[in-house]
Amino acid sequence: MMKRTLLIAAAVLGFSAPVFAAGGTAVPPQLKWSFQGPFGTFDRAQLQRGFKVYREVCASCHGLSYVTFRNLSQPGGPEFSEAQVKALAAEYKIQDGPNDAGDMFERPGRPADRFPSPFPNENAAASANGGKAPPDLSLMPKARTYERGFPWFITDVFRQYSENGADYLVALLTGYEEAPAGFQVPEGGHYNHYFPGNVIAMPKPLSDGQVEYPKNEAGQPQAPETVEQYARDVTAFLMWTAEPHLEARKRLGFQVMLFLLVLSGLLYFTKKKVWAKVGGEVEGHATPPMTHNP
Amino acid sequence: MSDHSTTYVPKSAFGKWFESRLPIAGLVHSSFIAFPVPRNLTYFWTFGAILVFMLVSQIVTGVFLAMYYTPNAALAFQSVEHIMRDVNYGWLIRYLHANGASMFFVAVYVHIFRNFYYGSYKAPREVLYILGVIIFLLMMATAFMGYVLPWGQMSFWGATVITNLFSAIPVVGETIVHYLWGGYSVGNPTLNRFFSLHYLLPFMIVGVVALHVWALHVPGQNNPTGIPIKSGKDAVPFTPYATIKDIFAVVVFMLFFAYWVFYMPNYLGHADNYIPANPAVTPSHIVPEWYFLPFYAILRAIPDKLGGVIAMGAAIVIWCFMPWLDTSKVRSTAYRPLYKQFFWIFVAVCITLGWLGSRPAEGWYVIASQICTAYYFAHFLIVLPVLGFVERPLPLPNSILESVMGVQKGGAGIPAGAASEPQTKG
Repeated sequence: MMKRTLLIAAAVLGFSAPVFAAGGTAVPPQLKWSFQGPFGTFDRAQLQRGFKVYREVCASCHGLSYVTFRNLSQPGGPEFSEAQVKALAAEYKIQDGPNDAGDMFERPGRPADRFPSPFPNENAAASANGGKAPPDLSLMPKARTYERGFPWFITDVFRQYSENGADYLVALLTGYEEAPAGFQVPEGGHYNHYFPGNVIAMPKPLSDGQVEYPKNEAGQPQAPETVEQYARDVTAFLMWTAEPHLEARKRLGFQVMLFLLVLSGLLYFTKKKVWAKVGGEVEGHATPPMTHNP
Repeated sequence: MSDHSTTYVPKSAFGKWFESRLPIAGLVHSSFIAFPVPRNLTYFWTFGAILVFMLVSQIVTGVFLAMYYTPNAALAFQSVEHIMRDVNYGWLIRYLHANGASMFFVAVYVHIFRNFYYGSYKAPREVLYILGVIIFLLMMATAFMGYVLPWGQMSFWGATVITNLFSAIPVVGETIVHYLWGGYSVGNPTLNRFFSLHYLLPFMIVGVVALHVWALHVPGQNNPTGIPIKSGKDAVPFTPYATIKDIFAVVVFMLFFAYWVFYMPNYLGHADNYIPANPAVTPSHIVPEWYFLPFYAILRAIPDKLGGVIAMGAAIVIWCFMPWLDTSKVRSTAYRPLYKQFFWIFVAVCITLGWLGSRPAEGWYVIASQICTAYYFAHFLIVLPVLGFVERPLPLPNSILESVMGVQKGGAGIPAGAASEPQTKG
């Protein structure tokens, strides 16, 4: 009786879950990423393009405060040359000090410096942006996600789907559109198809042809100069800033899994041999006879 | 400890000299080498060893993290990012520690439900079992305070919600909360004392684990038949038989652990915790880690704050009364056809509660949580006591050996391996 009630309850809940999930904001499409899966790596050219998008578009409002210039030349990232990084850092003005006279001073950036934030403090950032400070982007793809719901949160484990944040960011950056009829967008807000609640403070940041991409031998840009492509490239770049050791992690992971697999195989046969001395391993209990005398 | 502890004979002159002054070698020998182990233990009995491994792993990785972590509200988040980015293999140590907490709970839940299934909590193992419940409570406190340390949004708001629960206690509630906070809201003093306690509690767990193992070595291990060792033929010495099996199981568990660490390191956490703590912005859903979700669902199922807190506490404290609430003389559920069904319903209810704990507390979810909470307590207060009287258990084998011989016959004369756990194919 209780069992049946619970089964019904479980069925009702199980089926109603996706409806609830879909009732809120739109679900971002799942994209193909070079860094997904057990052997995923970053696409260097994509990270370099993404950095260009960050620098020319996002950086005017958003900080990247956990990242240092030297990170850009480290293995597993965009892998700019050290000379490029040095030249890039020198283009930034970094506040340093106090000097011997007790004064703060500005000097050209060095590779060990962190990216300077566009605003001196959070209050300044908020007051320049309609009351809400633009968030730091260093960790963005790990700090955003979307609801997966039952049963997808289980299948994700086996598919190793952990690009929720990246998929959401691309959807957000490409999700600006006209508000549907009857939808009141408040003052200073912008309609976005994928932002929770659909009203986002950030105006549409990207437009086609806005950032010039490096040319290939044929004189064509190496990737399309479109909003869609910009969004993917800058998101890939931010995935790297959020998880700079992603490649090392997956590489080491494969070695560890392989080692443990072989070790567990050896241990299994060792165990078999040890137990053979007492006539082999016997587990559990006899299946009890299912009939008993009244 | 018991009658089989005298077999250790030191060989060297130094060994004899030392043993007569501190008989620790003899203690180790009797507890971990000569100790008789039922020969029919399944892999469910390897989770004790897995839990010891996890405890050591958490302490070792935690000690290294503490060398770089800064317990200050202004610096904590940044210091964790420093570990993730600039410290050599810092990302590995931190992911091992963060996912290790989840793995610790995976193992402890298997351990607890194995104990429920095979009646390990019944006489003469009540004290052993209650020590286990105390370890679980200490684990929960440690895990909760550990989750606060990165000082992300979920750290801060989780700490706010959970510490506020204590304010429901009449008269002294407010005072307790202020002592937990070290002020009038969650802030830097809270973070400092949580860090201090997060470092202290694991060593208290080590102490209670020692008592837990000590208490285990008095009656010996339970086994799938639930009947005690009656002759030497029922048992094998701990080393090498249980040792090699435990080591194998630990390595297989490490494979499972490594999968999360290297491929899904953030799946078991919350995205919100990569946003620095901000007292001015509340996250849309404040959800605890997965291993607290069933208890969180029970908390929210009760509309009254104090009632919810009492229900949540009672949900664990009631475990301590199981040895006396369960009136059945038979330990192993393998011989309790009726209880077997109720056991699996109980498992399903616990999992459903966990899922409900992750949902917002509204509409259908609340009603379902209330039904499941009612059933959760009914399992302990009605099912366990009543079933002992109405259920007719199946006939028990006379000895472990007899049971084992039955398994061998079932396996067509060859010693059957893992294929002999019909009760676990649920």
